[in-house]
Amino acid sequence: MSAPQSKPPAPNRRRVLTDAARAAGACAVFGLGLAKLATDARALPAEALRPPGALPEADFLGACIRCGLCVRDCPYDTLSLAELGTDGAATGTPFFTAREVPCEMCDDIPCVAACPTGALDPTLTNIDDAKMGIAVLVDEEHCLNALGLRCDVCYRVCPVIDKAITLELQHNERSGHHAIFMPTVHADACTGCGKCEKSCVLPQAAIKVLPTRLARGEAAEHYRLGWEEMQKKGAPVVEGVIDLPDRLPGPGTDNLAAPGGFEPAFKVPGAGQ
Amino acid sequence: MSEKSKLPLAYEAIQEKGWLAAHRYLIARRLSQAFFLVLFLLGPWFGVWWVKGNLAGSLTFDTLPLTDPFVLIQSLAAGHWPVTTAVTGALIVAAVYGLIGGRIYCSWVCPINPVTDAANWLHMKLNLPKGWQPKRGTRYWVFAAVFAVSILTGSIAWEFVNPVTMLHRGLVFGLGFAWTTVLAVFVFDLVVSRRGWCGHICPVGTFYGLLGAGAVLRVSATRRAECDDCLDCFAVCPEPHVITPALRGSDGSTPLILSGDCTNCGRCIDVCAPSVYEFTHRFDQRSAPARPVPSRAGVRVQ
Repeated sequence: MSAPQSKPPAPNRRRVLTDAARAAGACAVFGLGLAKLATDARALPAEALRPPGALPEADFLGACIRCGLCVRDCPYDTLSLAELGTDGAATGTPFFTAREVPCEMCDDIPCVAACPTGALDPTLTNIDDAKMGIAVLVDEEHCLNALGLRCDVCYRVCPVIDKAITLELQHNERSGHHAIFMPTVHADACTGCGKCEKSCVLPQAAIKVLPTRLARGEAAEHYRLGWEEMQKKGAPVVEGVIDLPDRLPGPGTDNLAAPGGFEPAFKVPGAGQ
Repeated sequence: MSEKSKLPLAYEAIQEKGWLAAHRYLIARRLSQAFFLVLFLLGPWFGVWWVKGNLAGSLTFDTLPLTDPFVLIQSLAAGHWPVTTAVTGALIVAAVYGLIGGRIYCSWVCPINPVTDAANWLHMKLNLPKGWQPKRGTRYWVFAAVFAVSILTGSIAWEFVNPVTMLHRGLVFGLGFAWTTVLAVFVFDLVVSRRGWCGHICPVGTFYGLLGAGAVLRVSATRRAECDDCLDCFAVCPEPHVITPALRGSDGSTPLILSGDCTNCGRCIDVCAPSVYEFTHRFDQRSAPARPVPSRAGVRVQ
């Protein structure tokens, strides 16, 4: 009987499996390192502002190819690409620092027009709708206006003057007979261009553009402001007068003088006479 | 191993063809690398804005958009659908490299190539040991891991470490400490792994290799019958495994180097004294008789 032709030796299963396991292990370590870098990169430093129309940071890092075309088309050299180890933003991504060169808010938004990927959202066509950050008067103790002087520089340079920054009159308690013209930022109109921060006359700016996540609080979704609701409705929100229950101590009365009612220990002299 | 293989690299080729002809493609390649770099530097250095951007994405003469398709598919993996400009640019680049050989990017354009070539030159000069030689599949694992991380983190993962774009972007826009990654690649190739980075690790090269798997422009060992076993082509080739099937093939087999790993650098053409190799197209059907004594005792491949 003729023996069947001996088959060529099968690939060594153990070796194949070992190699695959080894490669998978190495990849997992390599991938973890890379993923760590990728997630760390989301921690954009507060001073680093993204160009107008930039997607939220996590999306931006998946969309920006770091080509620098926005940087090239910025006529004021505001933008630059982050350099490894010297700038805090993810390597190669565009950013600007308001205190150094703020955004001049060009009408044609050339940086957005230059972006080939949509990392800078092409639906942003009106620069006043940009949200690069929000200016915050961070230091009322040094702000000259807050001290009662008339500096007004941040207010004057604001490209959205009287909407994004207004001067709100307050009584100057210190002098007793002057006004304080308090610079007040209105977040819905502020684009975060940074001109106020750039122009602040102090050695360290008292007004700074912060990323929205740091600059703003958020009202709970179910909160309603009665006066706004009333304006919307054009009438009181609730019909008629509601007689709320009285909360004074004492048996069922809101009359302080009534027997059993609450008698305050201290009375304003001459009151109720 | 023949006696000739003991001669210095390209010795015979220089003797027979002259120094210039024996370095033709090397010189052309260096000029090409310099050309593509200078093209991007014209703007920032001399204010001539013919080309804006960098290798990841650029705009030429304000009309032609080009995008690195490898960066773009990572962006897709990250869940971002880019606008038309980037997609158009990536399709143009992919079409060109798909035609002329994907890894022609590696040898004729990539700014890291002179770095790893320099590392290899020094490595050979110092006669250092080969070091760690990752398996053939390693680069595909790295490639897959890069994609997995892109998907999981929703970001263009390789761009956080990519020495290729970091160096190019650094030269055009400002380097910062990106030189450290370039130095790391140099040291890796010098002392850790001969030809390690470009040949075994870099996922950019892996991508372009896959892209050019069906490329039309190919090197062919057309006159393989003339081969005198000096082994210079194997010594000079950054991916020597691609040579074997073409050069040592039997009569009926194709002399074309069809592996996508081939970078079309043309150095084998340079260093071959009997002019075995030439550039041709992948549909070249000319017959190429095999070498007369393919199984001569003592001949060992690689």
